[in-house]
Amino acid sequence: MAKILLEMKNITKTFPGVKALDNVNLQVEEGEIHALVGENGAGKSTLMNVLSGIYPHGTYEGDIIYNGQVCKFSNIKDSEKLGIVIIHQELALVPEMTIGENMYLGNERGKKFAIDWNTTYSEADKYLKMVGLTESSKVQVKTIGTGKQQLVEIAKALAKNAKLLILDEPTSSLNEEDSRALLDLMLGFKKQGMTMIIITHKLNEVAYVADKITVIRDGTTIETLENHGPEPISEERIIKGMVGREMTNRFPIRQGVKIGEVNMEVEHWTVHHPLYPERKVVDDVSINVRKGEVVGIYGLMGAGRTELAMSIFGQSYGVNCTGTLKIDGKEVKLKKSEADAIRHKIAYVTEDRKGNGLVLSQSIKVNTSLANLDSLAKLGVIDQDREYAVAEEYKDKLRTKTPSVEQLVGNLSGGNQQKVLLAKWMFAEPDIMILDEPTRGIDVGAKYEIYCIINDLAAAGKSVIMISSELPEVLGMSDRIYIMNAAKIVGEMPAKEATQENIMAAILKSGRGE
Amino acid sequence: MSAKNVVTTLKKNTMLVVLVLVYLFFVITTGGSIFKPMNFNALITQNAYVYILACGMLMCMLTGGNIDLSCGSFVCLLGAIGGVLMTVKGMSATVGILSMLAVGILYGCGLGYLVAYVNVPPWIATLAGYLAFRGLGTSILSNNSTTGSIPYPEAFVKFFSGRVFGTKPNGPMNMVCMIAGIAAAVIVVIAIFWTRQTRLNKGYAADSFTAALAKSILGAAVIVLFMYKLANNGGIPTVLIWVVAVVLIYSFITSKTVVGRHFYVVGGNMEAARMSGVNTRRIMFLAYLNMAVLTVVSAWTVMARFQASNSTAGTNYEMDAISACVVGGVSASGGAGTIMGMVIGATLIGVINLGMSLMNIDANYQKVVKGVVLLGAVAFDILSKKRES
Repeated sequence: MAKILLEMKNITKTFPGVKALDNVNLQVEEGEIHALVGENGAGKSTLMNVLSGIYPHGTYEGDIIYNGQVCKFSNIKDSEKLGIVIIHQELALVPEMTIGENMYLGNERGKKFAIDWNTTYSEADKYLKMVGLTESSKVQVKTIGTGKQQLVEIAKALAKNAKLLILDEPTSSLNEEDSRALLDLMLGFKKQGMTMIIITHKLNEVAYVADKITVIRDGTTIETLENHGPEPISEERIIKGMVGREMTNRFPIRQGVKIGEVNMEVEHWTVHHPLYPERKVVDDVSINVRKGEVVGIYGLMGAGRTELAMSIFGQSYGVNCTGTLKIDGKEVKLKKSEADAIRHKIAYVTEDRKGNGLVLSQSIKVNTSLANLDSLAKLGVIDQDREYAVAEEYKDKLRTKTPSVEQLVGNLSGGNQQKVLLAKWMFAEPDIMILDEPTRGIDVGAKYEIYCIINDLAAAGKSVIMISSELPEVLGMSDRIYIMNAAKIVGEMPAKEATQENIMAAILKSGRGE
Repeated sequence: MSAKNVVTTLKKNTMLVVLVLVYLFFVITTGGSIFKPMNFNALITQNAYVYILACGMLMCMLTGGNIDLSCGSFVCLLGAIGGVLMTVKGMSATVGILSMLAVGILYGCGLGYLVAYVNVPPWIATLAGYLAFRGLGTSILSNNSTTGSIPYPEAFVKFFSGRVFGTKPNGPMNMVCMIAGIAAAVIVVIAIFWTRQTRLNKGYAADSFTAALAKSILGAAVIVLFMYKLANNGGIPTVLIWVVAVVLIYSFITSKTVVGRHFYVVGGNMEAARMSGVNTRRIMFLAYLNMAVLTVVSAWTVMARFQASNSTAGTNYEMDAISACVVGGVSASGGAGTIMGMVIGATLIGVINLGMSLMNIDANYQKVVKGVVLLGAVAFDILSKKRES
């Protein structure tokens, strides 16, 4: 048996009113990739914050034993000194600075009052090579894509002499290709003897890279699974540990929904980039959606899906938008205004719930009523009792977990935030709902609930467009699928005929055609 | 009410507790003179402009920590225009009042347009006004008067200063004032219990009976004490009516109306507000139009109090309004803050000013103390919030 590099023993961490961690145990062997899985709010990030010293010694109970020694970290510098480096989910790079400057931020090379830029950049280049980046460390971070930025984060961690690397959702903002490259990089590091802990919601990734999988549920360790066999561990097996029961079906079955008339039709829709107007981000796209139908739009990030959706929603994205939009067979000319789109019963549920979806500093109640506040008001005065009742109603309907609708949205977990976002748009009573990555960054249990909500919407006769870059989700949920690549629709097929293979084939074919 | 509840209630109302402590401090150090009827009157008349301007400033700050630096200089310019029209040109007070309002609306529309539709950063757009209006006002005054100061006519002054049904300051108690005070106290008590009862009837969380009772007793006591003191000093200052009206209107707008709600969400997350169909540009426009209109109201009261306009009128008013908001817990990054918080902040600063003057502290040191208090209040607020979370 290999040496145990890290052992976390009986860790208990309480916040006022909640026990976030309850006697959690974790053992990580030297040179392995250890996956930490669990639903949102299960306590994974709290555990890692305890490990890295963000919650200092004394604020929790239990012991951290690293390399045979009991550690008492009082801040993040202490843990980094021993080579424990955490890479957080949200990128922490300064876009205006160069890669090299970012990598040595707070860890500058040279003397106290004289940074040695030559050393900085030459060392930075060395680590960039290790993560497979060919960019010079002198280019600004904002000029490279998110996939490469994530690699810069890893190079930054390596530059700190990392021995135990913790990656918190490293692939949540990457497309499949970049994700795979990142996972392969991790496997490469493992060969060189690096120890890693990865936190992720993507179970296929867990099965691919992890040697051991520790499942955390409700603040306690449930089990640690081995993943050494010739066959990778089945996702169902992991899910069983996470949710505490067998999930026979990852997608709820939609029953007795009658698909009706065409509700919305978009024809020859073309949109140009707001900053580079010569570039087309949506190119001659025609799609339609029927009442009671769930239409999936599959495409990788950057294919133009979000741009298509936002331009339909009152031209909230792009310039020189041309094409026709028909609702119920009649052409409508939407003004360049989101309010106008809402009046025409269109809703756009954003993929970026923190960026342009929710007001995190306000309550669930305020967020729920926001898009349709006028309906709760008389002469501009809000009927606050009714508003409260509406928020309560949607809280119950969507089973949002919260003590009260007065709770600030910023305090909720990702899945519950997504439910508040859905509640806002359901309360706006649209006929056409465009859902952009409705299950991004939320856990398996919450995903299932979101799928049920989508089915209910369709059953109520709404037209649903679901944009997603997760193939199983598109295949499992849609009645009909559009495939989008490089600003164009490159394929359309009923869900019955769609398979992973022929969808990928459509994308590849369109790539060759250019 | 258990001891723990008392502690949490006090924590929630830190600034109110600080205000009471500071007031008691000055009662001791001034030998009780801050408690004289005359000084209750002074607290109102000297700070009326702060309450009015800070209502406007609060709306600007809500939209994302934006401020208006021009309002102090604009008071000076409005004073000069009013003085020229009414005294030099001899027009009626009505024409003067309406002209000042028209100038305010004009400026507000222009400023709002630049901020909301041209995307000029508010502090730069208003810095221009800060510089230009002081110069313009001073030059109008010196062109129209040899002393650099223009007196205001009595017809104008009586609208905004003096007393309502006033009696002699040292004479018998002013009954109108006392009755109004008791009526206001009764209304407050009824309102507290009425809201509690409706909330209970609908099954929402409401104050406990003791909490509501404590609130009512405290609220009523403060109002009655205040009005009793004013009644012994000749009655209700006219300007108090203006201040109370403005504060009540804005308290209503921010807490009960759709447009008020939109100010908060624009400041909380501009993009999310826009994507939810809120006309964010219109909100920014309204913030600055509103600020200019309230600057006019504040200019009216200031000109009436000094009964003349001069080139130093309105100096540092913008800073007073910002300080009142910040001490009152309005977020410097937008999206949070209440009118009642601001009123407490403004009163705290007013009490400190008054107390220090009564103690005959050197004017320069008064500024030092105010600076330290501002910084201390905000730091204390941030620290106590941090400890909570």
